[in-house]
Amino acid sequence: MTQDMIQTDLNSVLSHEEIQAIDAELAHVPYKSGAAIDALKIVQAKRGWVSDDCLIAIARYLQMSAEQLEGVATFYNLIYRRPVGEKVILFCDSVSCWISNSDGIKAKISDLLGIDYGGTTLDNRYTLLPVPCLGACDRAPVMMVGEDLVTHLDEARVQLLFGQTTEANKD
Amino acid sequence: MEKVLTRNIGPEQHTTNLAAYKANYGYRGLKKALTEMSPDDCQAAVKNSNLRGRGGAGFPTGMKWSFVPKGDACSPGHKYLVCNADEMEPGTFKDRLLMECDPHQLIEGMLLAAYTIGADIAYIFIRGEYLVAIQRLRDAIAECYANSYLGERILGSDFSLEMYVHPSAGRYICGEETALINALEGKRANPRAKPPFPQVSGLWGRPTIVNNVETLCNIPHIIDHGADWFKTLGVGEDSGTKLFGVSGKVNNPGCWELPMGTPIREIVEDHAGGMRDGFQLKGFLPGGGSTDFLVPEHLDLAMDYNVIGAAGSRMGTGTMIILDDRTCPVGMVLNLIRFFAQESCGFCTPCRDGLPWSRQVLEDIENGAGRAEDLETLAYQVKYIGAIGNTHCALAPGAMEPLQSAMKYFYDDFVQHIDAGHCPYHNGKGAL
Repeated sequence: MTQDMIQTDLNSVLSHEEIQAIDAELAHVPYKSGAAIDALKIVQAKRGWVSDDCLIAIARYLQMSAEQLEGVATFYNLIYRRPVGEKVILFCDSVSCWISNSDGIKAKISDLLGIDYGGTTLDNRYTLLPVPCLGACDRAPVMMVGEDLVTHLDEARVQLLFGQTTEANKD
Repeated sequence: MEKVLTRNIGPEQHTTNLAAYKANYGYRGLKKALTEMSPDDCQAAVKNSNLRGRGGAGFPTGMKWSFVPKGDACSPGHKYLVCNADEMEPGTFKDRLLMECDPHQLIEGMLLAAYTIGADIAYIFIRGEYLVAIQRLRDAIAECYANSYLGERILGSDFSLEMYVHPSAGRYICGEETALINALEGKRANPRAKPPFPQVSGLWGRPTIVNNVETLCNIPHIIDHGADWFKTLGVGEDSGTKLFGVSGKVNNPGCWELPMGTPIREIVEDHAGGMRDGFQLKGFLPGGGSTDFLVPEHLDLAMDYNVIGAAGSRMGTGTMIILDDRTCPVGMVLNLIRFFAQESCGFCTPCRDGLPWSRQVLEDIENGAGRAEDLETLAYQVKYIGAIGNTHCALAPGAMEPLQSAMKYFYDDFVQHIDAGHCPYHNGKGAL
């Protein structure tokens, strides 16, 4: 495959801005695959997740095999290889939150949103995922909703946050 | 007590900009080092201070730095300083506070560490979920570049340093320093075999020091005030102060800077306000999820590395998790083993296959399907998975610490689950 063909292929998948951002990361690393995780995060930032097409395009740009990049992408829990909702709920399931009834809160969220871990609501607003200890154990139980850390969770708080989304997600 | 690490941190008090940091003696240690002290002088001060790593292992910081080749012993090229800000040990919430509320203190510590070991590039490897800390660190670094605290010829000296924030893409194993280096290189975060140690061959094969956030935050104060002053801060055998935390069913969960060697009872009863009404202290993990349980008879021990070690546990990160009498100890250990099984990098068999096996046995016991021989199976797992040297890194032995100590102190609870055929607490539905 010629360089031209690779470039054409890339531009049809990755945006100009994404390629520029990846180039900026490449300036700091001695070989291209060193920017693999950064490139995955750059592509995920706007799109929400990393599709097969994007993965293959990034791998070509970094002169890696797609398999090698897939091995990196699937290792890390904050790289999403499946579509996610507008906001990802990272629900802490570690020990301090567990002691503070995180299991009960999680069941309530699942009930309100109609999804279990790994699921996305029918209206595509939320994806629910477990996350290791979020480092806010003095305010347990906690979760992140999108970019916001939400602390001192109880059933009332969760009802307030997700109660109105319930009806939209009932089959 | 004199506040050192948290002197700029209080309720509603955050010192996130350069002017505010400088107003309270910020960057005084850096100026002193660059004008009055050689890197060897700084190295000697840190070594003499007896500072030990605050990330969990407690390795002497000065000794770690001393392994970095210098001068003719080092081939030409970069040397790296990496701040391990991948705070993912269950129950640990101290580095978040230091980074969110006083980012310049960490940057000054990194500048001094880099000056001492001769590093010219520094990374802050921070967990991707710490969005506030990431932004405040980036803002603080930008201020430093604009004011000659970072970049070429810092404050007119011959010392130059580039600094980058690298948000992680996740996984607990990234906190292991060689796994962290692999993650920085864009690879899967499998730990590396040692030797070679990172001090000699780390990031991109170059000499690299990886230090925890809290460790680095101590450095400006040691350089500014001297090793002898630092040693007077501890009330026991260890030097300095420490961020100690308590989570669980206490009245006032939180994180406080206290002298090293502060008795556990003082931390739990005075600072955390004791147990909530209706709850009794049954046990506690003294320093995060991979430390052995201790029990009420240990409350009068000092939080010093060797004292907690002699009691059969580890000080770890110094953030305690309290087990109360209404929370199931089997369920608590199951939660921890589930975490470690999930976070295994999968590289070596005892960890990849052994931890899910432990999880399965514990699930059976907690769910009422346990058999008498399960306790022998768990003891066998502790013996073989828990032995350092049987696994590629310390993750699996760390996972066995809460299990083995739970079986030692709460053995009757395991037996009750098996005899009764159900969880005597609340049927495995988590804590009340």
